[in-house]
Amino acid sequence: MSKEQVFDLTTHTVRDLNQALHGLNGATSGPDFKVLNAQGDHALAVGIDAPVKVEIDGHVGYYCAGMNKHASVTIHGNAGTGLAENIMSGVVRLKGNASQAAAATGRGGLVIIEGDASARCGISMKGVDIVVQGSVGHMSAFMAQRGRLVVCGNAGAALGDSLYEAEIYVRGTVADLGADCEAKEMTPEHLAALDELLKRAEMPYPASEFRRYGSARKLYHFNIDNADAY
Amino acid sequence: MCGIVGLYLKNPALESQLGELFEPMLLEMTQRGPDSTGFAVYRDPAPAGALKLVLQNPDLSFDWAHVAAALTEQFKVDVDFRRDHTHCLVRLPVAEADLRAWLAAEPRPFTVVSIGQHIEIYKEVGLPIDVANAFNLKGLRGSHAIGHTRMATESAVTTAGSHPFSTGSDLCLVHNGSLSNHNRLRRKLEKAGAVFRTENDSEVAAQYLDVQMQQGATLSQALTRALGDLDGFYTFTIGTSDGFAVLRDPIACKPAVLAETDDWVAMSSEYRALARLPGVKHAKLWEPEPATVYVWGGERAGAGH
Repeated sequence: MSKEQVFDLTTHTVRDLNQALHGLNGATSGPDFKVLNAQGDHALAVGIDAPVKVEIDGHVGYYCAGMNKHASVTIHGNAGTGLAENIMSGVVRLKGNASQAAAATGRGGLVIIEGDASARCGISMKGVDIVVQGSVGHMSAFMAQRGRLVVCGNAGAALGDSLYEAEIYVRGTVADLGADCEAKEMTPEHLAALDELLKRAEMPYPASEFRRYGSARKLYHFNIDNADAY
Repeated sequence: MCGIVGLYLKNPALESQLGELFEPMLLEMTQRGPDSTGFAVYRDPAPAGALKLVLQNPDLSFDWAHVAAALTEQFKVDVDFRRDHTHCLVRLPVAEADLRAWLAAEPRPFTVVSIGQHIEIYKEVGLPIDVANAFNLKGLRGSHAIGHTRMATESAVTTAGSHPFSTGSDLCLVHNGSLSNHNRLRRKLEKAGAVFRTENDSEVAAQYLDVQMQQGATLSQALTRALGDLDGFYTFTIGTSDGFAVLRDPIACKPAVLAETDDWVAMSSEYRALARLPGVKHAKLWEPEPATVYVWGGERAGAGH
């Protein structure tokens, strides 16, 4: 492991940081990165494609760690809209609260939010695992297609609206379920898989405290009874 | 898009630094709205029975003395006026209804930007840095300020279409979003006596709040009613003579961050605009909930007036 690279954003630009990270794209290893004095800057550590470790101190703006591949990004602060948007793989851990649309459209990897996430967390997720230690806002997992959204706190209104095949687990209360989202049986397989995910996310809750929600599958399959309408 | 910012000082000792604290907030929102910029500052109140008005004419050599003379002649009072770039701050002892009647009596060669005892609004087409410099924002003292950087979507890029909008006395509103029922609401408000200056949807929201408060509502009550009557996307920040408020629609697509310390409350579209405020590291920092009224001060009924 080569020496840690430090980018203090009071003296470096976001472009300096991202270009250094992109210089490693495709590499099988790289140095650790430390980012200091983030002050809500947008697009920090976006588009990484290497198994590097990035630690960010401060609050981040929009799309932090977007499109992440392989990297492990930890943010010691809050995040603006679109944290880890379209994450492909790797781990993004946020120590504070996330704004809207965290992990939107994520295809793989793991996003851990230790605080709360606001509206539309996991909107259109396509395979990412999202673990939120606090609560999520309204319309979370809207049109979610694949992956798991795990909420250790409470879920806001219209959870899982127009859901496809993603799985949702909630430990606290659900304000209400969105269209075509329903409570599902928690099978031993689901319990074991959730337990493994909670451990990986370092959450201190047993899987047995969660309830599972999924798609009723009434919205996205054509109903043959409607054939006469055409 | 559009960027909005607001700073409400709880500690009067900071009032001399209002402009200094507020200007970087506004400038940080340049990317969200580079076409026009405006700000309202609440300061230096006119005595009871007197008013401050801010007027605008794009001609930098416009004859404001002539306007002041006309006001003196009409109301038989001393009129104090000070040119500030394209704007002019006028102070005179006059009843608001009489002043409004005079303004409406015939077409005037200027635009009325704000009327009140506390409020002054300055707004222009142009980059935030240029507008802030033109009106020496950095040097302004006061109790609270609200600003807007505009990226126009619905109506024209003009000074009149810039925010903040102030339709009544001392109330102003900045808006990020777009209202979908503003035409119907405009007709309803016109029937209630409201006079509109622009085609802008945000002016409708300002008038709406103003009419509610004229009918006796507190700022908080007016905003609660707005949740039922306004349809569309909005994050609003509102100022009154003694109040500061934030409201987001129930869907809450338009961003907002609030921060509060013992010394101040600050609102912005994005955290980065707050990042340089003193004590922000230990501030209570949160995203305002959808369809929830946040108000500081402003609990006097009809406090806009």
